[in-house]
Amino acid sequence: MIKRSAEPLLWMVFSAGGVVAALVLPMLLFLFGVAFPLGWLTPSATHLASVIGHPMTRLALVIVCTLSLFHAAHRFRYTLYDGLQIKHLNEVIALLCYGSAIVGSAASAYLLATF
Amino acid sequence: MAPGAGHYTAYHPRWLRPHVSTYWWLRRRSYFAFILREISSVFVAWSVVYLLLTIDAVGRGPAAYQDLLEWSRQPWVLVVNLTSLLLVGFHAVTWFNLAPQAVVVHLGHTRLPGFWISASNYAAWVVVSAIVAWVVLRG
Repeated sequence: MIKRSAEPLLWMVFSAGGVVAALVLPMLLFLFGVAFPLGWLTPSATHLASVIGHPMTRLALVIVCTLSLFHAAHRFRYTLYDGLQIKHLNEVIALLCYGSAIVGSAASAYLLATF
Repeated sequence: MAPGAGHYTAYHPRWLRPHVSTYWWLRRRSYFAFILREISSVFVAWSVVYLLLTIDAVGRGPAAYQDLLEWSRQPWVLVVNLTSLLLVGFHAVTWFNLAPQAVVVHLGHTRLPGFWISASNYAAWVVVSAIVAWVVLRG
């Protein structure tokens, strides 16, 4: 159940996530999603493991993942309202969007805490 | 009550609101750009999911990481990732271009022109991207 009072906080997280996603995700996706699979750059798994294993990297990654996911959830929620005009499904949509963001954030926290 | 879905009741007239097509965003370029920017959220989410898959694979050792690279080389995964890269980039550009509407900086009594706020955001993008690349490749 989303109360009216939660909205300012959600917009704040949306903005913070928007900044983080804009600054960090393009380069990360370029490296891990394009350059490494295509073999343009070939860092070894052990090198990557030592980079990701650093406490600062892990903390940064959890923050990036969490904020980006909540940014995406919030924006997608409004995309459904505006694009498909289904605002009357408010509760279900909010639950699905933020629920997925919570699950994803928890997964990232678990993954990086136990890395 | 959903707008437009009303019917006559005893003391309440029918809502007088025009029906808006579900495909309203196809009518104009600016509407389409708006919905494209909104849809970028899906690809931001995918980027995070993909990143987590990679981190998980790296954590499970070199063989698992090789498997992930193999999986990522499939055409459909590459297409998804390249599309994501485009749309996450589109998100970044639209976000930085909008920054002057959200951030007001005063130097003494003069307001810093929006151009400089956007420009500083783009500069930050370059610097952060360079740091990310350096950390991943050399750090």
